[in-house]
Amino acid sequence: MNYLVRGYLENDELPPFPSRERLEKKPVAYIECPQPIPCSPCLEACKYDAVKMDNINDPPELDYEKCNGCMSCIRVCPGLAIVIMRIKDGKGYLTLPYEFTPWLKKGDKVKLLNRKGEEVGEGKVVWALPPEKNDRTSLVRVEMDPDLLFEVRAVRKVEE
Amino acid sequence: MRLGEHPILEFKKGKEVTIYFNGKPIKAYEGETVASALYAAGVRIFSRSFRFHRPRGFFCAIGKCSACMMEVDGIPNVRTCKVYVRDGMQIRTQTGTPDAEKDRFAALDDIIDRLFPHGAHYKRFTTPRILREFMMKQMRKFTGFGNPPKAVYEGKAEFEEIEADVAVIGGGPGGMSAAIYAARAGAKVVLMDENPFLGGQLVKQTHRFFGSGRHRAGTRGIKIATILEDELKELENVDVRKETKVFGIYDGVVAAVQKDEKLLKVKPKKIVVATGAYERTLIFENNDLPGVYGAGGVQTLMNVYGIKPGDVGLIVGSGNVGLILTYQLMQAGIKVAAIVEAMPRIGGYFVHAAKVRRLGVPIYVNHTVTKAIGKECVEAAEIARLENWQIVEGSQRVIDCDFICVAVGLSPTHELLYQAGCEMKFVPELGGLVPIRNKYGETTVNGLYVAGDVAGIEEATAAIMEGRIAGVDAAIKLGYGGDEAIKIREEVVKDLEEFRSGPFGERIVAGLKKVVVA
Repeated sequence: MNYLVRGYLENDELPPFPSRERLEKKPVAYIECPQPIPCSPCLEACKYDAVKMDNINDPPELDYEKCNGCMSCIRVCPGLAIVIMRIKDGKGYLTLPYEFTPWLKKGDKVKLLNRKGEEVGEGKVVWALPPEKNDRTSLVRVEMDPDLLFEVRAVRKVEE
Repeated sequence: MRLGEHPILEFKKGKEVTIYFNGKPIKAYEGETVASALYAAGVRIFSRSFRFHRPRGFFCAIGKCSACMMEVDGIPNVRTCKVYVRDGMQIRTQTGTPDAEKDRFAALDDIIDRLFPHGAHYKRFTTPRILREFMMKQMRKFTGFGNPPKAVYEGKAEFEEIEADVAVIGGGPGGMSAAIYAARAGAKVVLMDENPFLGGQLVKQTHRFFGSGRHRAGTRGIKIATILEDELKELENVDVRKETKVFGIYDGVVAAVQKDEKLLKVKPKKIVVATGAYERTLIFENNDLPGVYGAGGVQTLMNVYGIKPGDVGLIVGSGNVGLILTYQLMQAGIKVAAIVEAMPRIGGYFVHAAKVRRLGVPIYVNHTVTKAIGKECVEAAEIARLENWQIVEGSQRVIDCDFICVAVGLSPTHELLYQAGCEMKFVPELGGLVPIRNKYGETTVNGLYVAGDVAGIEEATAAIMEGRIAGVDAAIKLGYGGDEAIKIREEVVKDLEEFRSGPFGERIVAGLKKVVVA
């Protein structure tokens, strides 16, 4: 339970990564929710039966083959613990929940932050779900180096 | 000092009014409390301590701590965080000469102990009588508990008697759920709350809730408050009384005052007490300095009234309240310097911690705040590392911040239960003094139930379930609802058991074992 000392997950505490082939096929969710807490909206939201959870206190387990990347879970996760990943034409795309103003929109440049809040690069917003369409949690899809997909967990707007 | 754009909330300002603070005009907006209007205008010192003239300020914002008591329109000892502004209102601080902000006698702080050592008033100036009476008068001026009201009460004074099946005290998530479930089963319900709004502390919970979909997980707390209120509105057999303070339960009769002008005598067959909790404070040097606030107080200021608590905060405590507050501060555009946690690990949900950690907020476990630094309000804080609960010498360092949020837990607001004669027990796992009760929440006083934080500190989802159980059980015992109601009750009992079955519920379950009797 060292993640509770640090407040972030180290690589050896992360769930298994979906394969590169899987990421190139279609989008897939990635859930970083290791602790047993009484919470199950992702299970209830999944239409593809991809989330496994026997008891409400179990951490969710995701079946990457069943997951369709449909974003139903990321829209409701109260822990903001889910991202959607995809690799297309050699570029990485990460979809994250975003709840800050000014809101991000397509074309915005963002700094990419890792789990500790350190800057690890720059990316570009290619799509944004407006906050009013999802009870004030916007979703933003950021284009980045595919190697950064498993590292970046937050973005900060670059003021122009 | 007011917040502008906010990602989750929209602040609607009421009509502009002018209030007078120690004679000075201050701009305020209808719908906000006196304390929050004063805070927005930059007032930080609300009172002075009576012996050492230490400045004291805002702390809890929900009428539980008494740090904000002032004289309002001639009436002393008014909790300014519970009174709403009105055009032309006259507000005066009760302590300090000439007022709390500029206290001339504060200059005596260094010598007061030499001139008047503790207990001196028993020995000095006791004879002759004329000197004693003169000195007593002078000394009383220092105490600051206000003078008798100068104004004569001129409002209405009415009386109403209400008969009901179930009286619910407290309109937070627990109380509202109790009222809804009792009324749905067919009981006639009266619901009382001291605030002008329902929802209790849900009104400042801008985050999405955990739990299962059946208990509105994934929905924001603020929205749950409106959903519950809508459910109540649909029920014709619920009489909602807002701005109604319950002050006693006498032989099953609930006594209350509505809007300060009507005495209510409520005669119910069953009572559900859902009075919630109040914030704890922490002992450290200068913990009474204005700028040291309860976490919930800061949430109220920021999320209910749209007022900026400060520029940079330090959060003490990494339970869910501290972690969520950190995120909410950042959403309001306020910087958080760090979170300190005395335990060797984060106390709240990991996902809440991860949310702020990835935005660069450091979380220091095995650390505590040792001192608030500043003359009249917080200018910085000193923190230190702990080893086996002892401060490691030399590990102290100063963190730049202009306010400190104490998020070290809550205690049940149990006074009404004591007064009603419930058998109480001190259970640390449940946050303090809680009543002995059965699994449906009925206490040792026949027909008196508890639900929510007053029954043991947990969180809103559990409070909703406890409220449902207490409400529906009260109705069942009165012969309402039939088998359907029994089925609902047993289902919620099961849901709650499952909810508490994980590691986060262990402590609660251990605490409940000590107070829940079959």
